[in-house]
Parts: sequence; structure tokens; C-alpha cells
Amino acid sequence: MEFIQFDHVSKSFEKQLVLDELDLSVKENSFVTLLGPSGCGKTTTLRLLGGFEKPDSGQIFLNGNDITALPANLRPINTVFQKYALFPHMTIAENIAFGLKIQKKSKDYINDKIKYALKLVNLDGFENRAIDSLSGGQQQRIAIARAIVNEPKVLLLDEPLGALDLKLRQNMQYELMKLKQELGITFIYVTHDQEEALTMSDTIVVMNQGYIQQIGTPEDIYNEPENAFVADFIGESNIIEGIMIKDELVSFLGVQVPCVDRGFGNMTPVDVVIRPEDVELDVPGKGFMDGVITDCLFKGVHYELDVQCGNYEWLVHTTKYYEIGQKVSLNVIPFNIQIMNKPASEDEEVLKEDE
Amino acid sequence: MTRLKKCTSRLYLGFIFLFLYAPILVLIVLSFNNSMSRTVWGGFTLQWYANLPTNDTIMTALGTTLRITLSSSILATILGTSAAIGIHRMKKRHAAIMLGATNIPLLNADIVTGISLMLLFTRFTSLGEFSVILAHIAFSVPYVIFNVLPRLQSMSDVCYEAALDLGATPVYAFYKVIWPEIVPGVLSGFLMALTMSLDDFTITYFTKGAGVNTLSTMLYTELRKGIQPELYALSTLLFLVAFAMLFIINYKGNDSKKEVTN
Repeated sequence: MEFIQFDHVSKSFEKQLVLDELDLSVKENSFVTLLGPSGCGKTTTLRLLGGFEKPDSGQIFLNGNDITALPANLRPINTVFQKYALFPHMTIAENIAFGLKIQKKSKDYINDKIKYALKLVNLDGFENRAIDSLSGGQQQRIAIARAIVNEPKVLLLDEPLGALDLKLRQNMQYELMKLKQELGITFIYVTHDQEEALTMSDTIVVMNQGYIQQIGTPEDIYNEPENAFVADFIGESNIIEGIMIKDELVSFLGVQVPCVDRGFGNMTPVDVVIRPEDVELDVPGKGFMDGVITDCLFKGVHYELDVQCGNYEWLVHTTKYYEIGQKVSLNVIPFNIQIMNKPASEDEEVLKEDE
Repeated sequence: MTRLKKCTSRLYLGFIFLFLYAPILVLIVLSFNNSMSRTVWGGFTLQWYANLPTNDTIMTALGTTLRITLSSSILATILGTSAAIGIHRMKKRHAAIMLGATNIPLLNADIVTGISLMLLFTRFTSLGEFSVILAHIAFSVPYVIFNVLPRLQSMSDVCYEAALDLGATPVYAFYKVIWPEIVPGVLSGFLMALTMSLDDFTITYFTKGAGVNTLSTMLYTELRKGIQPELYALSTLLFLVAFAMLFIINYKGNDSKKEVTN
């Protein structure tokens, strides 16, 4: 059994099923991100682990012990909440000392810990400041300090950077990763921001509508999405219906293109995923398909192009500028064509139609 | 033009205050009047105030009032605070129903509340000091709820969860995290209950039974018997107490608003 184990955990609120028979295991000392759109069940999963909700059925294990019925205050788990949740009538030192006082630690120990924690989050000397004199980023660091002084086995982070601006968020991402290395504890991180997930995690769990869609390393999830939902949610994609004619040959939009995927069987309906940065543009007639540029947006690092080919509009990222109306051809090397099975569950199908 | 406007508005304000406070002013002046007459000024005296402690009727009523007011407002504060916490934890629809139910004693005519409580008490218990205390609790609880509930709503529920997360038992979390945040509301609710109980005449009159008198019901019966300037002195003191309490409640209210905007 793994360090953290969810075993057939279901949870519903007011007859609305949020988690359906969830199985999830997390290795000790890893940085796992639960990623998905709002309402996908990621926060509920976190709250179940924190002990703020009880599952309707199923069991949760930590380190081999069944903690399903253990109340939140007895779990060796601490949480960093989205809205900081600092105690407004206490100073920063009192906030950080809150958990340690409950554990009846000595005064010296508590003072040392406060110093250490403030240093760790780069806020030395803030002990006696009032909470409302801090900025959002500083408050979130105090919330992190308050959680980690208790030396939890697991740190839960519920969209902790959601309320911060972009620059601060990127700094905090870096600091969280550093912190994780220094502390050597398990981080479970909830976010709907795919970039955040890709940057920080060892493992990403993509969730949708109460189901896990895919578990893997950031590279796996990005390069080899298992279904259309994951492909679409992580980054931008061209998702096209196609037919796998035989191993290493797929047909879509009326053309046959070589790929590297095998084992789908012959003449099987599939979804084809091609990332916009993997599409190469060339002069007409040179690629597998011709088209016309219909839109060209400058995005900083690259241009975002729309290329109309018959009925399908491709999304393409290039570093070169193209005129609207210019005729081009598309090319993709076989390695960059990702083949996926058609959605197996109804929920995946539903979500595709929504978009 | 603007000067005229300013003058008129000042004058208008002056009249409002005059009509509001003139009756009370007359009462206060008469309480210092060294004459039994209501119309002739016989010179300044503190005699009526000095007489108060020697008047048995008044002192008995004062004792009854203090017992009723203190016990009813303390109990109402405990009940109201627990009710507010309960309502805050309820689902939205249930909370709305509960709030509506607590609104009824506030809006209901005092005389109707008084009569219905009297009927209830004569059926199930007897009228006396105890029944007055019960009646006062009944109409004070909503005031406490309405003072505590906004406090609970303005604080983030996550704080309570954060306290649990850090190892606090539910009781410790309440005491350390929720209580400090709602204590100003509980205090102003308590003061409000105190004022309401001290001031109440109608409901007390119907629920008190024979022989029991609070200051307000005693004033009513005694004043009908004839002129007693001691009663003016007593009324003046009652007014000052109520005024002081209102002042404290308002001052507290302003104070807490400042905290929120910070």
C-alpha cells in the first residue's frame, strides 16, 4: 500500500455526486497536483484528506492506517487554505505558534520554531506585526509558515496562489518548490491552473466530474494525453476525429498520415491530438494539407495563427509572421501526432460537447 | 441663499430635538422642584432623590427589576448566542425560516405578546417573578441573535477549519478563534437585552401577577394614586440609565465598524 491511499471513495453533496468511487495513491515525499476545472472534485478530495469532510463510502489510508473516521485535529496533516485563514486577532507570532501551543511545546522551542519558519518564508522579523498590515503574498507565506512548524507528514495546499498576481505567483511557485525540497514532506496541491501544475509537480492527477482522467508526470500529461479532455485542458490542442487504418497509419480530414502509435487495431475510430507548436508551415503543396491563414495574433514568444483547411480550422504557433490570406501547407512529423481512444465514459463525452 | 438654507435646516433640527426632549426635560426639571405642584417652581432641591432609598415601595420594585433584568438578559444572551451559532451553521433555507421565526417577537405588538404569554403562563405555571423572567427572555433573545449573527457572518468560516487543522479540538477552536471575533456582538446584544428588559412595561404588566412590581409597573400604579415627586426623580434616573446604555451600545458599534474597514 502506498503512503496515501484512497480506496473507492465516494462523496456527494445534496444528492449531487462529486466523487465517484475514487481510487488514488500518492507516494511519500512527492509533490502531487490535483488539476481540473472547478467542480471536478479536486477540492473535495483535499478536504476529505484534511478531515473536513467525511466520505459517504470508501476508505482513506495514511501510512497504512485507516484515517477515514479520524477528525481533522488528530491527523498529522496541515493545510494552507486558499483565503489564507489567518486568525485576525492574533499577531503573526501567535498565529504561527497556534498549533505548537496545542502540542504543549516549551516556550523556547516555540520561539525557535517561529524564527525558523519566518526565515524559511523570507519574512524574518515580522513576529509582532498585525495580520492586516501584510500584503496578500505575505499573508499566504505566514499561512504556509503556520502549517509547516507543526512538522506535518503531509501538507495540503488548496489553490494557495489563486489570489495573487502573476509575477508574485511565479515567485511563490519557485519558493514552494524550494520549500518542498528543504522540508522533505509530501505536498498535495490543488489548482485549476495547468501551468502551475506543469511547473511544480512530480505527478499530476487530472480530474473531471469526479473521475480521474489521467495520472502521470507533467511530461506524460502534456505529451501523451490519454483522452480529449486531458489534451484540451492541458495546453492548447488541435483535436480531430480520425480513423486508425492500421498500426502507424492514421486518416483524418481526408488525408492519410504516418504516425508512431501501434496497437489500436485496424479501422478504429480515434481522436488525433496535434499541439499547435508541433505544426510546421511550408509553401503550398509541400505538406500533407493546404490551407489559408485566417488570423494572426502576436503573443509575445510566438504568433498564434488560425489556418483554415476545408472545414477544419487549425491552431498553429510559429515564431514567423504570416499575412492573413496567405496560402500555406501544414506538416507534422509522425512523432508529434498523438492518437487517443474515443471517450469511454459518458462524462467525458458530455464535457466535449459543452465546449 | 445658502445661509438661509443653513438657517432653516438648523431651525428644523432644533424643533425636532425640542419636541423629542421637551417632555423629558420637563420631567427632569420637576424632579428638582421644591414644591408638590406640577406648575409652580418652588426652588431647587435634591430632596426627592434623597427620599428614594427610604421609600419601601420603590426599593422593593428596584430589587425586583434588577433581579429580573439581570437574570433575563444573561440567560437571553446565552440562548441568543447559541442560537446565532446554530443558525449560522444551518443550510440557507433553514436559516431563513429560523430568522423569520425570531423576527416575529420583534414585530408583534407588545400587548399581543403580553396577553398570549399571560394565557400560556396561567395554563402551565403561575404568574410571578419567574414568569416575567421567562417573558423577558422571550423578547430579548432576538436582539441578541441580531447582534451576534452579523459578527459570525463577517468572519471567515475557514478560520475555524484552520484551527481544527492545526490540532485544536472543536471547543478550543471556538474559544480561541470564534469567540474573540463575536464577543463585541455578544456584549452589545447583552446591553440591548438589558435595556429592553429594563424599559418594558406592557409585557411585564400582563405577566407579572399580583404583588410583583418592577419599576415601570410600580410607576404606573403609583402615579395613578397622586402626585409623588420622588417618582419624577426615579423616572429621571431610569432615563439616564437607558441613555447611558444606548450611548455605550452605539459607541461599541462605531468601534467595531472601524475594525472591519481596517
